[in-house]
Amino acid sequence: MPGTIPDLRHGSVLLKRGFARMQQGGVIMDVTTADQAAMAEEAGAVAVMALERVPADIRAAGGVARMADPVKIREIRERVSIPVMAKCRIGHTSEAQILQALDVDMIDESEVLSPADPFGHVDKRPFRVPFVCGARNLGEALRRIDEGAAMIRTKGEAGTGNVIEAVRHIRQIRDEVAAVGRWPRKELAGWARRERVPEALLLEVRELGRLPVVNFAAGGIATPADAALCRLLGVDGIFVGSGIFKSEHPMKVARAIVEASLRYDDPELLARISSGLGEAMKGLDLTPLAPAELLQNRESGPARSAISP
Amino acid sequence: MTTIGLLALQGDVPEHAAALRRLLPPEALTAVRRPADLERVGGLVLPGGESTTLARLLRETGLFVPLARRIAGGLPVFATCAGLILVAENLSAGSGTPDPETLGGLGITVRRNGYGGQAESFEAPVRIPEIGPESFPGVFVRAPRILAVTAPVRPIAFRGEEVVGVARGSLFGFTFHPELGADPRLHAAWVASFAPELLRGKSPAATPAPPKGRRRPVPRTPARR
Repeated sequence: MPGTIPDLRHGSVLLKRGFARMQQGGVIMDVTTADQAAMAEEAGAVAVMALERVPADIRAAGGVARMADPVKIREIRERVSIPVMAKCRIGHTSEAQILQALDVDMIDESEVLSPADPFGHVDKRPFRVPFVCGARNLGEALRRIDEGAAMIRTKGEAGTGNVIEAVRHIRQIRDEVAAVGRWPRKELAGWARRERVPEALLLEVRELGRLPVVNFAAGGIATPADAALCRLLGVDGIFVGSGIFKSEHPMKVARAIVEASLRYDDPELLARISSGLGEAMKGLDLTPLAPAELLQNRESGPARSAISP
Repeated sequence: MTTIGLLALQGDVPEHAAALRRLLPPEALTAVRRPADLERVGGLVLPGGESTTLARLLRETGLFVPLARRIAGGLPVFATCAGLILVAENLSAGSGTPDPETLGGLGITVRRNGYGGQAESFEAPVRIPEIGPESFPGVFVRAPRILAVTAPVRPIAFRGEEVVGVARGSLFGFTFHPELGADPRLHAAWVASFAPELLRGKSPAATPAPPKGRRRPVPRTPARR
């Protein structure tokens, strides 16, 4: 019968994870203005992350970092046709609900902002919009997936322009996934209990030989070579934060990182696109940082469904 | 033997690779990333992804012109979502930035993000009479909408009364993602339309799709040499 569509479903796991799968091979760029968003789209970004300030500036400014102003998110949405993502604070269910009401395409429950709930992450399952969350290791990734995350990214160390932490987290997750494939069944049960993740999810990782959702690199990627390295190590795509708009020639760097993410296995091309990019963002040596200064150490407990939208 | 190419620049390439591997002998599938790869293929899959990004990458890799020429010359193509946008002759202006230039091939008019943002993405059964009476699981992710179809392009897939899939010869295009579900019928129907010999001995029935929600381990890019 015209007009009546039976069995229409929104917000399913398949749709949320499916959205993330469409981003594979691509670069998602942090932007703080509609002009930057247009530039990112022009450079070939698959999505933009709408922010009040890029992580390097958040780090420098100190104070409490919150969800971006809705006016700014709307301006960015109206300017580009690629998906628009935005960040909410860890455990801040209300910010997440506001972002969903603003019709963003994906929400990043992000350690780059100041955590809002010391005990629990957002229960992401009841949301219609998909979430991406940061992880340093397999346990953390699976806790977030169990809470409903449709995409994982490494935490790295945002705003530093230093790729070492992103590489650490990629390798950590990759090695743990490989190890899970070798463990006997009863060891899996013990590990799952200790890490507070369902054993079924761990068995799924074992069967797939990878996470059941798309896994991107994020946190400290500043050059095309950094992006290529992360892709060589096996991630499905790249988030770039401060690396683009803190560089001398943002458009050139943005285009080069997009190409590096695609052609990461072609050193001659990488040599060509890495030439004449001007000064990269200055970057930060992590050695002198105290553990409390590292954004990646921000993780609250697993979500409990006490609050649901 | 006919070789099936899969455009592996950006998007849900592993999902298409997994769907095709369930149907084809492994040596029949190859990744297309540069113009030289294109010369060896007798059919090409254009995956889902971001159409603006894909259009840009097609230009940068030098694939755009030779691919448009091959499609105009009758290359069999299986295009889903962003892939469909790339083979549409006309795009209806959407919001924000200008629409990308397309490869053409299908006389249809398409509007990108035709239903809205990700919150409006949906699953719904699709009717495809040519592959049988049983409905097909339609997964629509920020899907485009087909606004007009010009003969000889034929509407072949319907959600209610709305056209969500079209064909002209062996050029198939859908606004949804058959590669995200576990139903192999559309990929199989496309291969059968130009290289039925590839399906012999490896029918979908002989290799059942994995259970819902599970995927087999998939190398990151298909059949790389």
